[in-house]
Amino acid sequence: MIVRLRNVDKVYANGVVALRGLDLDVGEGEFLSLLGPSGCGKSTVLRLVAGLGEVSSGRIEWSGPAGQPTGDIGFVFQEPTLMPWATVWKNVLLPLKLRGLAPDESAPRVREAIAMVGLEGFEKAYPRELSGGMKMRVSIARALVTRPRLLLMDEPFASLDEITRFKLDNDLLALWARQRWTVVFVTHSVYESVYLSTRIAVMTARPGRTAGEVTVDGPDARDETFRTSPLYNEYCRSVSTRLAEAGRA
Amino acid sequence: MSSISSLGPEGSAGGVEMRDLETARAGRVAARPQRWDVGRIVRLVLPPAGVGFAGLVIWEAVVHLRQIPVYILPGPWLILRTLVKDWGTLYPSLLVTLAIAGAALLVATVAGVMIAILFTQSRWIERSLFPYAVILQVTPIVAIAPLIIIWVKNIPIALLICAWLVAFFPIVSNTTLGLNSADHNLLNLFQLYGASRRQVFWHLRLPSAMPYFLGGLRISGGLALIGAVVAEFVAGTGGTQSGLAYRVLESGYTMQIPRMFAALLMITCTGVLTFVALTVLSHLLLRKWHESAAEREG
Repeated sequence: MIVRLRNVDKVYANGVVALRGLDLDVGEGEFLSLLGPSGCGKSTVLRLVAGLGEVSSGRIEWSGPAGQPTGDIGFVFQEPTLMPWATVWKNVLLPLKLRGLAPDESAPRVREAIAMVGLEGFEKAYPRELSGGMKMRVSIARALVTRPRLLLMDEPFASLDEITRFKLDNDLLALWARQRWTVVFVTHSVYESVYLSTRIAVMTARPGRTAGEVTVDGPDARDETFRTSPLYNEYCRSVSTRLAEAGRA
Repeated sequence: MSSISSLGPEGSAGGVEMRDLETARAGRVAARPQRWDVGRIVRLVLPPAGVGFAGLVIWEAVVHLRQIPVYILPGPWLILRTLVKDWGTLYPSLLVTLAIAGAALLVATVAGVMIAILFTQSRWIERSLFPYAVILQVTPIVAIAPLIIIWVKNIPIALLICAWLVAFFPIVSNTTLGLNSADHNLLNLFQLYGASRRQVFWHLRLPSAMPYFLGGLRISGGLALIGAVVAEFVAGTGGTQSGLAYRVLESGYTMQIPRMFAALLMITCTGVLTFVALTVLSHLLLRKWHESAAEREG
């Protein structure tokens, strides 16, 4: 267990109840997808876990000492969210720079992160010179550069075309297979969640809470064979059913 | 290879983006097309230059054919000759005006940016002070210049204050807007990585404000010159320390109309050159990343 949310409510200042009585456990090394309709508070969950907001009531418990997050958290937003005035290198360097790491210490880590997402040779490029998929890769490299234990991804590929999206899904899976950080991945796509996850938490419409769970016991190496297999279809059907139930509940 | 794209067995699945990557990589290595070829400069410069030249020819022709006396309207050729002939008196005056406008722009930039930073520190400061910045801006400088010249005994300083009053507002308002327009997700990101207020300011707010600030600077450059000239008109000081506006006035009094036009021409050229210089500066600072300065592909 890495983090546990218990009976969490989130009410925004404008009175919108985003979450009500949400329980969620995030296990070490799992790839957990949060699946739910638009506006169900999926992103709110990520923001609370990342510490970008306070819970209105309930608890967020970390497994580490003093209930604090151990190790770093990486966050990938829906948009690439890059600094347009900075090169790829400087964008990826940012988290280390804010932390005051010496350049000779940070340089190898930036190089490593850029290599992980396959962007060698683009270090000096500016974001506007890159395609949407490449910008997202930079964003992922930036999240990975701190070598996080927990990676939070908020519909990261939602604005990409399907071909690029499949490619990035595969690359992400390959990285995860090698690094085994814990991933919490927010999506509204049943197909994407089944393809990527080891576990899927289905959320209700607003106010959001977890309505059900599906553990995806798929093959370790997921590829096009899995995407076209009966097993995959079976999972998609069962997750869709859960989603529909959550909608009625 | 350490790239993830080569790790999984599914490398072929997303071949399209990979090819895209390869093409892009090759594109970066290949030399960029030359941007400032002669043809483009000709296309850019020729039309306005042609219109200007035609205008001057017509002006000269009308002055000659209608035999308009020089004290009503001198022809461009005479103005140009007067400019050369009177260069000895006009050039020092240009330097005086330039010094005042330049100093005013400098003070406006430093003070304007500092006021903008102050505004962004708290909503209350901005709300309390912004109306007064607006009042200073909308009050006609011609109306308050005499007062300032009476209050401030030192004439160059008085002129500087007038020019500054006109020039500082665009910088304040644009920079304030820019500092407040940092991307919210980037602000979240900075917060997530535990950035200090100072880090957020230097690495996020300031760069975000840059295009806005430069836009304000371009406006202020011209305004500083106008402010300096207007204040000189009001002050009307003679002697060695007199700027171009005084030369215009003096030439008017003594019916040296060609010289008056020559002085006006110098003011206009200075304004245009200031604008061009600030535009080039803005382009150089932003061309790598900002849409306003970047070349469109096509």
